[in-house]
Parts: sequence; structure tokens; C-alpha cells
Amino acid sequence: MSEETITLEVTRYRPGHDREPRTQSFTVPYRKDWVVLDALNHIKDRIDGTLSYRWSCRMGVCGSCGMMVNGTPKLTCSAFLRDYHPGPIRVEPLANFPVVRDLAVALDDFMEKLRRVKPWLIRAVEKPISEGEYRQTPAELDTYKQFSMCINCMLCYAACPVYGLQPAFVGPAAIALAYRYNLDSRDEGYRLREPVLSDAVGVWECTFVGECSVVCPKGVDPAAAIQRSKVAGAKDWFTSVLMPWGGRS
Amino acid sequence: MSASRPERAGLYYPKLPATWWLKNPRYFRFMIREVTSVFIAIFLVVLLVQLYQLSRGPEAYAACVARLASPGWIVFHVVALAFALYHSVTWFNLTGVVQVVRIGERQVPPILIVGGAFAAWGVVSLVILVFFFTRV
Repeated sequence: MSEETITLEVTRYRPGHDREPRTQSFTVPYRKDWVVLDALNHIKDRIDGTLSYRWSCRMGVCGSCGMMVNGTPKLTCSAFLRDYHPGPIRVEPLANFPVVRDLAVALDDFMEKLRRVKPWLIRAVEKPISEGEYRQTPAELDTYKQFSMCINCMLCYAACPVYGLQPAFVGPAAIALAYRYNLDSRDEGYRLREPVLSDAVGVWECTFVGECSVVCPKGVDPAAAIQRSKVAGAKDWFTSVLMPWGGRS
Repeated sequence: MSASRPERAGLYYPKLPATWWLKNPRYFRFMIREVTSVFIAIFLVVLLVQLYQLSRGPEAYAACVARLASPGWIVFHVVALAFALYHSVTWFNLTGVVQVVRIGERQVPPILIVGGAFAAWGVVSLVILVFFFTRV
């Protein structure tokens, strides 16, 4: 009996040769325990070694293998072929990002935005190491923990039509991480992140479509982070207007 | 929203098609919600016109109300009411996501925030209805 197969319709783009991406079909063995990434690796190893895409850990931790699978942003290491049987399965580069080649997108824009929100602990005055660590209670950890699960896979950006229409938008993951540090009891960097968040292309650009939170593979809720940052920013603004003498901490 | 950004040579920059909101039912529902605001805005303009006519005297107001009794305006108000309800329900459903309330170290469950919002809406609506029917 011949082996069952499934077809992948893969986006190809060769910089310098193609004016725009085209689609190429590949037939691969259908195995119930294979994910889309396994099928792509099969294509690269056995059919066409020029296929370009990113991947690393193969276990939903590194965030490298995000692509559009049948039009939805997915980590291809977690997208099982069996869920798309009998196919064909459309595999495209992450939406809203410039394409470098085939399924690989340019990361520069996201990396720059990530740096801009300063996603690290900021202290007004660092205490010397001899004084020990900055301690935190389990309740204090709980306030931000879900937002710390972000793996920078950028699926939320691919799901965000606002980012698609306005690429300057700081975007879901970067804002969620800024919010995560703002919530952290050990952090004192709120005032440094606030200009980025309250900018016209910061939280206020978001129209709360909410799809970022739906596609997040790690259960982070960036839409909530953005709306709560709006509430915090609005409170801040009102306080500064109503109590200009002492509203700002 | 503008779509300008410096483009690097060699990269392919995808453009979001104007029909993006038809590709996903959640995008579609989002757009419907946005459109409801237009109807609510028109309703508010009509309300302001009514108030203005009221200030001009009983005859002017009666003429205004007579115009609003036409089938076209009645259909508009029925649609606007449906959209206002849709907008309000989806808005209150989101309050649990947006508003975090803490009592001591414990966070109030979002379902209670949403429930509280609906309850407050119900009470206010009831008060307005009672006021309206006891005065008419």
C-alpha cells in the first residue's frame, strides 16, 4: 500500500529575482505525529534544499518558527498535520512583516520596539550586590507572571490589523512586556517607559481587536495589557491635570 | 492611520488588503462593533436636534416628533437600538479584561466585574424606565 501524503502550499520569495512571492506545492508523507515544521524540514532535506525558514527548539519555547498556517499565525512546531488533514495546508510567512526570503521575515522592527520599551528591571538606585537580591512575595509575582511568559514569537503582530495598517504601532508583545515590568514590584522604570506607551503610536493606537490574545501560544493576554496601560495612562493624565502640584510621583 | 515606513531594498513588503476584516469572523465582529458607533452618533445628533426644537416651543417640537414618526426614522431607531445594545453588551463583556480590582492581595474575579457592570446597567435602565412611565 502506498504511503498517505498531504500537500503543503508554501510561499516562496527569492529576493533579487521575484517581484512578489509565489506559491509552490510540495507533497510530503502524512504522519499523524508530524507538525508543519516536520513537513518543512522534510521538504528541505529531501525535496528542495533552498527553502528558507527559521526554527530552533521544536518545542514551543524559542518562538522562532512562527508562520501563517491556513491564514492563522501559528508556531509551526505546535501545528499538527492531523489538525489540517486532508489538506492542502497553506504555509506563508508571518503576516504584516517584510519578507526576507521564502518563509523568513525581517525581525529588525520588532527588536527595535522591544528595546524601546526597556523590558528589564530598572531601579532608581541599584543596591550593592552585598545587600542581596530584590525579594518578592508570591502575590507580587502573580500580578505580572502571565505577561512574563512571552517568547517574542511575534504571532500577535501577525494577527494585529492595526500593526498591518500602521507599522509604527509599538504593538502587542512589546507593550505587554513593558506592562509586565511596570507591574513588577522590583521595578522603578514606569516613568521611563511611559513616553513610549503614551505616544500616538503607543497604547492609544490599539483599537482592541483582541486577536493578539487569541493567537498567543503562551496564554499571554497582550490586549489586556494594552487596555490596562490605557487606564493607567488616563489616570496619570487626569491626576496631573487635577493635581498639578503633586499628581506625578 | 498612515502606512508609511522606510523600506529596505530586497525585502518584500506585504500590503494589508482592504478586505482584511472579511477573513476572520472575529475581525468581522470587531468591524460591526466599530460601525455601531456611527449609528449611535447619528442617534445622538437626532437627539440634539430634538432638544433644540424643544427649546423653540411646543409647535416646533411636535413637528419634529411628527417627522420622526415616519417609517424610515422608525427603522433607523430600531437598528440604532439593536446596535446600541450590541455595543453595550460587548463593552461590558470587556470590562473584566480591562479593569483589575484588588482587595488586599486578592484579585476580584473578572466575572464579578462584568456582572457588576451589567447589574449597574440594568438598575440605571430600570430607573429611567420607571421615571419615563410614571411621568407619561
